[in-house]
Amino acid sequence: MNAALAPPPSAPTPSETPTHYLNASYGFRSWLLTLDHKRIALLYLASITLFFFIGGFYAVLVRLELVTPAGDLMSAENYNTAFTLHGVVMIFFFLIPSIPAVLGNFLIPIMIGARDLAFPKLNLLSWYIYMVGGMVAAYALFTGGVDTGWTLYAPYSSTYSNSNVTATAIAAFITGFSSILTGLNFVVTIHKMRAPGLTWFRLPLFVWAHYATSVIQVLGTPVLAITLVLLILERSFGFGFFDPARGGDPVLFQHLFWFYSHPAVYIMILPSMGVISELVTCFSRKKVFGYGFIAMSSVAIAVLGFLVWGHHMFVSGQSVYAGMVFSILSFMVGIPSAIKVFNWTATMYKGSISYSTPMIYAFGFIGLFTIGGLTGLFLANLGLDIHLHDTYFVVAHFHYIMVGGAVMGYLGGIHYWWPKMTGRLYPEGWARFSALVLFVGFNLTFFPQFLLGYMGMPRRYHAYPEEFQVLNVMSSAGASILGVGYLIPMIYLFWSMRYGRLAPENPWGAKGLEWTTPSPPTTFNFDETPVVTEEAYEYVKEEKH
Amino acid sequence: MSDHSSHGSGLAHQFDDLDQQLDATTLGMWLFLAQEIMFFGGLFAAYTIYRNWHPEAFAEASHHLDIKLGGFNTVVLIFSSLTMALGVRAAQMGKNKAVFNYLFATFMLGNVFLVVKAFEYHHKWVEGLIPGPWFRFEGSTDPAVQMFFNLYFAMTGMHALHMIIGGGLLIYFMVQARKNRYHEGYYGPVEIMGLYWHFVDIVWIFLFPLLYLLGLHNS
Amino acid sequence: MWTGFPLFPEAASTIASGVDLLYLFLVVVSVVFSVGIFGAIFYFALRYQRKTQDEVPEPIHGSMILEITWSVVPFLILMVMFGWGTAVFFRNFHPPEGATEIFVTGKQWMWKLQHPEGQREINELHVPVGRAVKLTMATEDVIHSFYIPAFRVKKDVVPGMYTTMWFEPTKVGKYHLFCAEYCGNQHSGMIGTVYVMAPPDYEAWLAGAPRGETMSQAGERLFQRLGCHTCHAADRPGRGPVLEKVFGSTVLLADGKKVVADEMYLRESILRPGAKVVAGFKTQMPTFQGQISEEGLMQIIAYIKSLESKERTTTQ
Repeated sequence: MNAALAPPPSAPTPSETPTHYLNASYGFRSWLLTLDHKRIALLYLASITLFFFIGGFYAVLVRLELVTPAGDLMSAENYNTAFTLHGVVMIFFFLIPSIPAVLGNFLIPIMIGARDLAFPKLNLLSWYIYMVGGMVAAYALFTGGVDTGWTLYAPYSSTYSNSNVTATAIAAFITGFSSILTGLNFVVTIHKMRAPGLTWFRLPLFVWAHYATSVIQVLGTPVLAITLVLLILERSFGFGFFDPARGGDPVLFQHLFWFYSHPAVYIMILPSMGVISELVTCFSRKKVFGYGFIAMSSVAIAVLGFLVWGHHMFVSGQSVYAGMVFSILSFMVGIPSAIKVFNWTATMYKGSISYSTPMIYAFGFIGLFTIGGLTGLFLANLGLDIHLHDTYFVVAHFHYIMVGGAVMGYLGGIHYWWPKMTGRLYPEGWARFSALVLFVGFNLTFFPQFLLGYMGMPRRYHAYPEEFQVLNVMSSAGASILGVGYLIPMIYLFWSMRYGRLAPENPWGAKGLEWTTPSPPTTFNFDETPVVTEEAYEYVKEEKH
Repeated sequence: MSDHSSHGSGLAHQFDDLDQQLDATTLGMWLFLAQEIMFFGGLFAAYTIYRNWHPEAFAEASHHLDIKLGGFNTVVLIFSSLTMALGVRAAQMGKNKAVFNYLFATFMLGNVFLVVKAFEYHHKWVEGLIPGPWFRFEGSTDPAVQMFFNLYFAMTGMHALHMIIGGGLLIYFMVQARKNRYHEGYYGPVEIMGLYWHFVDIVWIFLFPLLYLLGLHNS
Repeated sequence: MWTGFPLFPEAASTIASGVDLLYLFLVVVSVVFSVGIFGAIFYFALRYQRKTQDEVPEPIHGSMILEITWSVVPFLILMVMFGWGTAVFFRNFHPPEGATEIFVTGKQWMWKLQHPEGQREINELHVPVGRAVKLTMATEDVIHSFYIPAFRVKKDVVPGMYTTMWFEPTKVGKYHLFCAEYCGNQHSGMIGTVYVMAPPDYEAWLAGAPRGETMSQAGERLFQRLGCHTCHAADRPGRGPVLEKVFGSTVLLADGKKVVADEMYLRESILRPGAKVVAGFKTQMPTFQGQISEEGLMQIIAYIKSLESKERTTTQ
């Protein structure tokens, strides 16, 4: 196993530290007014990490309360606030920006051989918008929180809740524009800034995944924005868009909400799939199996993702025929997802497989995403969803996708590109250990929830009948392991920024333009615009790094 | 949208040449407009559904809008699109003074629109047609008439907000024109400003018949 | 009775076994696919572990045959799942003829149930075993969702409309009733118990429960109190249409369209009289929005329904 830890062949000696994007300039101004996509990526990294731990704090509260059947640790108001803030913070302030805003921001220009994104000022503006949204969310949080669930269903949110719904809606509205502008920036960059010779079908799959994601961000997020505007008008100014007493319909809110929020799931998972494609090829040291199918399946998921929102409303009184259409389309999403999993697996066939930390995350991702995807079929199924809707089965399913999938991919990607981002190597032993802890903790936390769901435990329950306790205790125990699993990387990654071994240009022997730049790269990435002459992942025998 | 670096030519560092820069900013603006279409699309979807459910109530409520003022505003906006287009043309030819004048005309027409809109809103206020607890409506007892006014204020309000943002942008471009920034090789920002302005006008071209003319064929 | 460590819910309705069978099918498919994928990954990871630092394997570009296989085979399996699921759904969607009707009103944070014979319950529902029961449901405030896991049935209760669901219990016992759609502070307290009883026990319970007036009697009283009878007279068309035998009939509207006078139509006509006016009448009726509770509305509708069968008793 130690063979995977290659000694850095060409680490620069400390005496002749070259200029790179981190030491090009110093001081607060040089960071807060930076137009460098790599520095903006690090600004995002710091801020989403902060929000991740805030969201995690609320998850801890939720799991602690659910250790016992009675609602004894905190009041119902506080519990409802805790799970709502967990959802709002994790989704809008961590998962949606996570991979695109950190890894995408850092890597897309380098991967396509550009000096920066197409609109650097817009990129910085996105981060400021995100921070303003975050501050409004923090205001909502510190002035009593919000108790509607992240789904903000009317009329509870518009009329009945006494909590800070308006502030929360404004926070999500503002942050949405950060997401739109990031997506817009990526689409334009990928279209117009590719290096000579870098045709569409030579792009790394990471870039394809971000292209598909960005399209969803640009086209989906504004629908959430207008829905939140209507909600705010209804709640604060007495308009009645979703009020049946004035000819409105609360189910319309659900349609508008899910029109964005279902595709939003793909905003979270597609970039992660892009990361996994990079990891599997690099650590199998092999050309990806079925490049075109993986690339096109990202696009297919983005398109189909816009057509399945109604599967959240199988029991909301929508017509049977609408239910059938949404059901069959939801099943269809399973096919491009399955194609990806099969192609990743096939890439490993006859490869040269290294068990480096990022690959361990990739193994974890494929396993957990497979389970998450397959259990999604249960929920796309009209006959089964009647029973499973709004139970813990749903909670388990989307955590397998979003935590087992998106977060595993995010951490795998962070480890993979950490040497590039910081110029330092992390301690491999600790990293593998924490990846295993996360995998075990995750499964122990969320697998019992599938069983709870089929037994009928509804979600968002502060207190629950006694027969559900054993599984809930298992889940909470798993969550504590999971929490440790997140803290370890926090510590050693932070440590490695200062004390880690210096990273060479290409520590993994990987392909891709980002590995031809110094670690860390210079401010404008390349001294000369590179010319691309081969397809992605062209691993050949002669070449050695 | 675009990056105005210190280069005299207006070329930002991340681009190789002005053509690439113009291509990129134009694509960026079209994407932004796609985003805007989805934003207004949510409102139009709500309008379509509710009007289908309550055709009578919507038609009756529509009579309370002033077709003359709405029509006048439509003409004002069409003219402002014309002056905007002329402004873009002037920028392409590098005539900064003409750019300034046309953008100023566009700006003033936009203000006329907003002032008329403010009068209309005031009128609705006096009549008690603002949705909410104080809503009063003479005629139909169907509570769904209020839905029409919900949508009227949300749609025209969002449109007016876009007009106000457009006005702010116009001021910025007038200042740039005063500084003689534009020439045959560098006029992209004015062009994409033009795209935005035309988009906002087109939204109104849809809003006017849907909201104001709705009751006509029933009466 | 709910002790121990169960991993599977009780199945106590006619549809439960069908849902469970479908569930097991999906579980089996999932296990087969998971084991296949995990097995392949484990095998490849061990078999092709990197031996030397500079080894570079032969590239493989892909295989069209494999790609088509692993697109088409899952597609076919998914279509089986879809077809099966839809069949189960359809069977569970339409209530059988002659089901016992019970009316449900959700309210923060309780379930109120009315039997047509007049018995009323809160957070408890008594039903006989082996008889189909149809629920007509409304809410006084926010969205709730009526969920009985043991019966595998669930339906949202949505403001401004009636939703319906049905079940036929097959096993005597006590079962959980949950609210499944988050509805605020005491959401997890909006729970209750469904008692499935043997028919004789059920008859005994019906006889023993305080019943007061039937739903249609209560509805008739409301009908008089709100003055509905002044326009909707029994024998002649007054300012409003005659309501005898209107339920279930097809009504011609002023704009030439036709609607079936079901619960939803009656509800809408009481709350928003101008929406669908009967041909030959003018909109003169005031709205009763905010003046009748959802329970009251259900009673009035029960009364109008009862006018199919019996003559209206005239009270002066």
